[in-house]
Amino acid sequence: MEWLFAILVGCLYSAGLYLMLQRNMFKLVLGMCLISHGANLLIFTAGGLTRNLPPIFSEVTSVTSQITDPLPQAFVLTAIVISFGVTAFLLVLVHRTHKTLNTDDIDDLIKTDLQ
Amino acid sequence: MKTLVIFPIIIPLITASFCLVSYKTPRLQWFFVGLGNISYFIVALTFLWATYHGNYYSIQIGNWEAPFGITIIIDLFSSIMLVITSILVFCSLLYALTMTPKEEFRLGYLSLTFFLVMGVSGAFTTGDLFNLYVWFEVMLMSSFVLMAFGGEQRQLEGSIKYVILNLMSSAIFLASTGILYGMVGTVNLTDLSIKLSMIEHKYPKLIVSSLLLVAFGIKAGLFPLYFWLPASYHTPPPGISALFSGLLTKVGMYSIIRTFTLFYREIDTTMQNALLIIASLTMLIGVLGAVSQNEIRRILSFHIISQIGYMLMGLALWTPAGIAGAIYFMAHNIIAKSNLFFISGIIHKKTGSYNLKSQGNLYKELPILSFCFLCSALSLAGLPPLSGFVGKLALIIAGINANAYITVLVSIVVSFLTLFSMTKIWIYTFWGTPNHKKTDTSETPQNLSFAYCSVIILALLTLGLGILGETFFTISYKSAQSLLQPLTYIEKVMGY
Repeated sequence: MEWLFAILVGCLYSAGLYLMLQRNMFKLVLGMCLISHGANLLIFTAGGLTRNLPPIFSEVTSVTSQITDPLPQAFVLTAIVISFGVTAFLLVLVHRTHKTLNTDDIDDLIKTDLQ
Repeated sequence: MKTLVIFPIIIPLITASFCLVSYKTPRLQWFFVGLGNISYFIVALTFLWATYHGNYYSIQIGNWEAPFGITIIIDLFSSIMLVITSILVFCSLLYALTMTPKEEFRLGYLSLTFFLVMGVSGAFTTGDLFNLYVWFEVMLMSSFVLMAFGGEQRQLEGSIKYVILNLMSSAIFLASTGILYGMVGTVNLTDLSIKLSMIEHKYPKLIVSSLLLVAFGIKAGLFPLYFWLPASYHTPPPGISALFSGLLTKVGMYSIIRTFTLFYREIDTTMQNALLIIASLTMLIGVLGAVSQNEIRRILSFHIISQIGYMLMGLALWTPAGIAGAIYFMAHNIIAKSNLFFISGIIHKKTGSYNLKSQGNLYKELPILSFCFLCSALSLAGLPPLSGFVGKLALIIAGINANAYITVLVSIVVSFLTLFSMTKIWIYTFWGTPNHKKTDTSETPQNLSFAYCSVIILALLTLGLGILGETFFTISYKSAQSLLQPLTYIEKVMGY
């Protein structure tokens, strides 16, 4: 299973980077989303993939191979919540920039270089 | 003392929340902020005093034992950074008191500043890699909003560049945390230190630490990754960019030093050479960028990059003297560089422009400000008896002792170029004929006494840090020694 997830992570990263390299600002946001999904999936995969096992350590499942590691799930959950907030902010920022500048082309963001 | 470990995080949180609740009454906000800042300063000083005597203070959140729960730990390095942070925040608040428009306080300027401080002090005190990521996000989120505060056109443009590249760095950081967890099954920094030292192959460690170097390097502004910095730091109001220049890049640098000293008991030569090359290039490219600019804050932004190179050079030497130099240099740089940003804000108020070409003759109008500028600028260039001299001297001596001659040569050349670009600001802004049109005439001239206060405090600190250089360098040396011998740190966290 790991190889499939590895390829998927690679695809998400490359698609995200491709979108981020476009000149459209909205694609930038989408690309950012894809990359953060890729990172989440990477943690999940690197933490070890197990199927149909509880993330709880009890006397029945006293052998460690019989439980799922709960930590990667906790990491991913935290990361998802953070990326949710960040994406919301990013969308507002892009919207505001679009309204102020009347453009969604990143190459038009040259005011900061003018002196 | 044990519960006190959490205070550097709790105090800003409480202050920020109270400010948020009392958003309608700025007076009340200032009361909370003053209280919060003073207590933060006292706590930080207490820790500096206690850790200087060789103690470590740690707490396991929720009483989960060390490798499983989140550890908060304060050692000498953390407490040095906490003290400097509290001083800088105090000065920036003093500065904002008169320089920031009143309505911005209603919009939550103060609470955002304190959320930023919370993130920063969380990053300084945490002993857990994933927790470090979370603190980074707390810090970034408040800095995103502060960066776009006011919503001017150039600010929005700067924010987009800043936000995207910092999010990219967060994604890389997250990925490297995941890979590390997959590799050794822990994210506790001390546990990582133990388990990574057991891995025989050098490549897994090299790969993960390179990923972390890229992630922190974007935040710190290292050589090929710094482009967001000069594109965004000159856009927000001067008080905010001063705070950013002091804190944010240094947090990245702090994380590099902290993780590398824990992950490598002995530095890998490949990594060491890479660090030395990156450090030299960062210094050189940063200062060359600064020399070509004409806008004060852009010049200063490029100098941030070049100074980061010095800190990395100290780490790359991997000797106690080198790391002590890096720590001293961080403290010096936070004070001197923020002060220059503060001064640029006052200059803007007086002349109505950040461009060197449309300023002039300020020496006659503002002798005290010119003196403060000279103090910080020469300190940045490294002239005795100011703090920059001590830091650079320490780094250069350490470099010669470690046989890193090329890096030492680069750092000396960069010092000259820094002096050159500081002289350029001095000649255009403080000498010459006045080119600016008075902008103050339309509105009532503002009372800038508080802003002057903060600038004078920071200038005196630069002077003091230089004159009492030996004392402060001893403190840095002590913390560098404990960084290079992390066994006590590890024992403290793991509770052996």
